[in-house]
Amino acid sequence: MIRSLLLGLAALCLVPISAAQPVAIVGEKVWTGTAQGTLTNGVVVIDEGRIVSVGTGTPPAGMARVEAEWVTPGLISAFSRTGITEVTGERSANDTGAGSSPFSAALNAADGFNPDATPIAVTRLEGFTRIAVAPDARSKLFAGQGFLADTSGLPGSIFKQRAFAFLVLGERGASLSGGSRPAAWTALRGAFDDVRFFGARYMTHNDGNVLTRMDAQALMPAVKGDQLILIEARRASDLEAIMEFRQENPMLKLAIVGADEGWRVADRLAAMKIPVIIDAFSNLPTSFSQLAATSENAARLAEAGVTLAIVNLDDDSHQARLAPQIAGNAVANGLPFDEAMKALTTAPAEIFGMTGLGVLAPGARADVVAWDGDPLEVTSAPTAVFIDGVSEPMESRQTKLRDRYLSLDTSQRPLAYKH
Amino acid sequence: MKKLLLSAGLGLCLAVSACGGSGDAKKDGEVSRVFDPFPSTYTAYPSGATLITGATVLDGKGGLIEGGSVLIEGGKITGVGADLTAPEGAATINAAGKWVTPGIIDNHSHLGAYPSPGVEAHGDGNEVSGPVTAEVWVEHSVWPQDPGFTRALAGGITSLQILPGSANLFGGRGVVLKNVPARSVQEMKFPGAPHTLKMACGENPKRVYGYGRGSFPGGAPYSRMGNVAGYRAAWIEAAEYKKKWDAFIDGEGEEPARNLELETLAGVLNGDILVHMHCYRADEMAIILDLSEEFGYRVAAFHHAVESYKIADKLAEYGTCSSMWADWWGFKMEAYDGIRENIPMVHNAGACAIVHSDSDIGIQRLNQEAAKAWSDGKRAGIDIPIEVAWQWLSLNPAKSLGIDDRTGTLEPGKMADVVVWSANPFSVYAQAEKVYIDGALMYDREDPAIQPVMDFELGQPGEGDRK
Repeated sequence: MIRSLLLGLAALCLVPISAAQPVAIVGEKVWTGTAQGTLTNGVVVIDEGRIVSVGTGTPPAGMARVEAEWVTPGLISAFSRTGITEVTGERSANDTGAGSSPFSAALNAADGFNPDATPIAVTRLEGFTRIAVAPDARSKLFAGQGFLADTSGLPGSIFKQRAFAFLVLGERGASLSGGSRPAAWTALRGAFDDVRFFGARYMTHNDGNVLTRMDAQALMPAVKGDQLILIEARRASDLEAIMEFRQENPMLKLAIVGADEGWRVADRLAAMKIPVIIDAFSNLPTSFSQLAATSENAARLAEAGVTLAIVNLDDDSHQARLAPQIAGNAVANGLPFDEAMKALTTAPAEIFGMTGLGVLAPGARADVVAWDGDPLEVTSAPTAVFIDGVSEPMESRQTKLRDRYLSLDTSQRPLAYKH
Repeated sequence: MKKLLLSAGLGLCLAVSACGGSGDAKKDGEVSRVFDPFPSTYTAYPSGATLITGATVLDGKGGLIEGGSVLIEGGKITGVGADLTAPEGAATINAAGKWVTPGIIDNHSHLGAYPSPGVEAHGDGNEVSGPVTAEVWVEHSVWPQDPGFTRALAGGITSLQILPGSANLFGGRGVVLKNVPARSVQEMKFPGAPHTLKMACGENPKRVYGYGRGSFPGGAPYSRMGNVAGYRAAWIEAAEYKKKWDAFIDGEGEEPARNLELETLAGVLNGDILVHMHCYRADEMAIILDLSEEFGYRVAAFHHAVESYKIADKLAEYGTCSSMWADWWGFKMEAYDGIRENIPMVHNAGACAIVHSDSDIGIQRLNQEAAKAWSDGKRAGIDIPIEVAWQWLSLNPAKSLGIDDRTGTLEPGKMADVVVWSANPFSVYAQAEKVYIDGALMYDREDPAIQPVMDFELGQPGEGDRK
């Protein structure tokens, strides 16, 4: 019995730990995301799906144990399409957007979520336990409603529907609105008026100035300030315009996605407490909206006190998992390590109001990742992932393909018999 | 003379140096200009002798030297070892704690052809007008002012191949460049590098020509079998063309008319032009290997090659390279079976593995892409020393481009294309601190005066900023 309690990781992977069983997760380094900072030889005890204690010293006797080089909270993907597309290029297997739909703001990404989608397990294997998933804007600048989910791959893994409204300004917003930024802003202001005068405008007909009845209804909580609005924008002048809009509408809860030139307006973003979700790889003038893109964007935003989440905007469905590499590069370009870790944990938790997630603290939900090295390092990988205290399978369709082809010997039977 | 000129026009000249517009070719301009009417005008920038000492040196051939030194003189590597002494007047770089490697070579880039900013007017990377456009040369699309070149330089890229896009069965000629800022593409062209031909398998050609672009029925190819029929029809035509020219050179018959498309394909059949083929799926690569045998040419490298791990043994036996990403997958059906261990599994089977980017972001950190694949291989039981894995980044791509006799390793006599890294380049925190191309310091992370700023960036927000 004693021996089985001291089992290493390999055995733990074979015998899934149930949420009911207490586990001590021991790390040479434990990054807590709280005032406890990074513990050396730390111990995180979880039980009944919650974190019981976070400290140092000897793990409680008689408890299943997981040992690792690093232990962190489960990572949170702050902006992704993970789980709403299986194969991006195949229309039949892609529910991210709907260019031919008459609806826009009402489109609910949760309706397209498939917990069985293979990118879910692939993303979980890299340490992500929670994902914020946004629809894509295809017909209007209003993309629709985003949701929050865990990456267990189980039914019911969405834990907050309509967590945010997503809309697109800047060049894409201009193009979706008929061809210019003025057209986009006119549509945005018109839509907000549609919502504010909902009763009068939609009493007798289905359409407002900009939105259909259903879209206006869906946008109502956002316009009232009851729901977070994520806005994609990149150029400094676009960010300034958004901040002006927020000053006219102080009730709005905003966060910005992209913000390639965010560092140029960082002080104002910080003062207005508008968080940003950025891809810290952006350092090219990819468009005329990203001329001042720099690999130090993250460092400068954090320095100014802006709440900052880091994501992969290049491939946000299948490669959302690369955010730790992107955060590591931000560290190499001046972002303090702690800020980079926060950008993958506490910052997204704060932006989306995920209480009890993104930290290792007593009472928090037991989303914990054990790593074989520094979590931001490209040569590191998780060795165990817990979601709500459940030890998740460290397997995906990719690992199965790998295992099938590790030996190419087909002399006795085709490889299809290997499974 | 006329015959010689024409035979050169077909790419029949034997000496590579006479084909590519380098030193020898310039002496015999007439011959070279027919084969390459746009010859390289690149010459190494001035450099003194430099001794880099005290570093962990990866020599690129598979060796690692602790406390190693690299000596650069006259633009060439003149020494690599543990105890070199600086010749008189040499600059000595104390690189204790740092790592030194050969410059990284990306054999799949679209920089310059799909430059930043990616505005409509800059979409010059693919002549989509027909499924066979072997007549186009991507060098005629390369805008040397693409800021992407400078970002790649900061990532340790010293040479790169620019390829046309993958819409077509035959996309046109690629070009190998030295990654130096320039006013014209000729000032970047790698002297004497063989010409290359881009081909493509699978979804792209059939999507673009068969059904994706407008009304049904579109053109051909509409299917993968249509793709293969398209390759074969073109090769048959090219073989005929070559036969006519061979006969004419042997003094038989009238002088045939030149045909730019067939000239490129005949150049492949002559063995002068290297085939680089975009191909994701294992079963398609197997077909292409047979196709190349049917017409008597070689595939230098499959690109993307997301499923190479499934046929790594066959690729090793044939002797072709796979240019791969570390972990891209799922963006289209033929990328659905991507796995993180593709690169080490190909290497482990004895085949030639290359890390490529196909991206203006990825090209900035190919060392990290290699590191990811290397560590994922290690977890799967494929333990490859880091100094051996570095071949994925320099030597193997150089082989695929036919320039491995000149660059790709730190060996005496080779071009001094060298990177000094702040730390182990398989770490996310490592930065390329100094990048030498032919011995000249072209990038210094600590010195803004040695960081190029492209014309496009002048007078714009962010000019001269940390990139």
